[in-house]
Amino acid sequence: MLEVSNLACSRGDHRLFSGLSFNLQPGQIMQVQGVNGSGKTSLLRTLCGFLRPDEGDIIWRGESIRELDEDYYAEMLYLGHLNAIKDELSALENLCISAGLSGVELEEKEAMIALRRMGLRGREMLPTKVLSQGQRRRVALARLLVSDATFWILDEPLTALDVGAVGLIQELIGEHLAQQGMVIFTTHQPLHVAGTEMRTVSLS
Amino acid sequence: MKKSSMLDLLLLVIRRDLILAMRRRADVLTTLVFFVMVVSLFPLGVGPELGMLRKMAPGVLWVAALLASMLSLGRLFSADYLDGTLEQMMLAPQSLSMLVLGKMAAHWMVSGLPLVLMAPVLGLQFDMSVQALGVLILGLLLGTPILSMLGAIGAALTLGLRGGGVLLSLLVLPLCIPVLIFGAGAVDAISSGLSIVSHLSLLGALLVLALVFTPWVTAQALRISME
Repeated sequence: MLEVSNLACSRGDHRLFSGLSFNLQPGQIMQVQGVNGSGKTSLLRTLCGFLRPDEGDIIWRGESIRELDEDYYAEMLYLGHLNAIKDELSALENLCISAGLSGVELEEKEAMIALRRMGLRGREMLPTKVLSQGQRRRVALARLLVSDATFWILDEPLTALDVGAVGLIQELIGEHLAQQGMVIFTTHQPLHVAGTEMRTVSLS
Repeated sequence: MKKSSMLDLLLLVIRRDLILAMRRRADVLTTLVFFVMVVSLFPLGVGPELGMLRKMAPGVLWVAALLASMLSLGRLFSADYLDGTLEQMMLAPQSLSMLVLGKMAAHWMVSGLPLVLMAPVLGLQFDMSVQALGVLILGLLLGTPILSMLGAIGAALTLGLRGGGVLLSLLVLPLCIPVLIFGAGAVDAISSGLSIVSHLSLLGALLVLALVFTPWVTAQALRISME
């Protein structure tokens, strides 16, 4: 499904990684490992198409993501360091709008169910500026519940989350993999998904 | 859950930006108050000579509208850029140009349309005739969307730069000169009894050109800014 061949990426004059090749099939999960500054986020942003690789290619279903563009975006979901939620909007509005941007029209009821599963019961209508850092992250992560994307790209999904929420994210990833989804992620916290082999790619 | 079409997405972006503008009303009001202030300073500064005021009215109103529309441009993409929403917009399964067009439309409704509605009231300070006011409104109605669209290109190019606000004005203002010339020219023409058709047609043509090209150019500029 996803094939990365001979990828090289640099920021400014600094070469982050080169000759990176791996592939990912439905039902597989891959962790990107490396110290701070080794290019984990750059790799994920390259997979999103934000950064142009110096060399190499990223192939999705047999075609380069550069050419697929919107067809690729319809099948992937990216969750970065930034939560992409608006302080002025309520959790519910935020979720409906971000689902809308990713091409899914969400009914209020479905959004409520997703937010409640993320442990935000009673906070659905509050403007997100009054929520805590972890709760805001939960609002952002609620997108995982309402998305129908196959390929999840998660950049440090566990930051600011408490133990309960980390368990929930592991559960969600497990469900996604069981439905033949694909996940690539970075984290500095341990993340265990039952029933699947965790593949890794190391950047040095 | 159902898939959304291109038009749904356009409407979603417009609605979202309008809701956000309504929750941050101060931003909208600053633009409008700035416009009113600048225009009102001229009769006070130049003196109450009606002939001169009438003559300079179209120019003053247009220049003030131009400057006022610059004020809110800096915020067009920067808030979305800082909180990560812009990343998500780029990953939308529809063309980024369409989303950009939505943002331009919302920007115009929030910062251009109020100027158009305010202009006739301000025009009275300059003793403009009813006909001239009508042409002024018509011109602004055609011209202010062009200002929003040209401004969006500048806003996208200066995204994330320090001191981008001044640079933005320097980039965009020269591009707005044709709009200023034809917009103010139309009012001058009707005041001296000439036909306004040519001026307004040219403004209309500029509007169509801008509608076709600026969303695409802005989308490209945004992609460059994100790298």
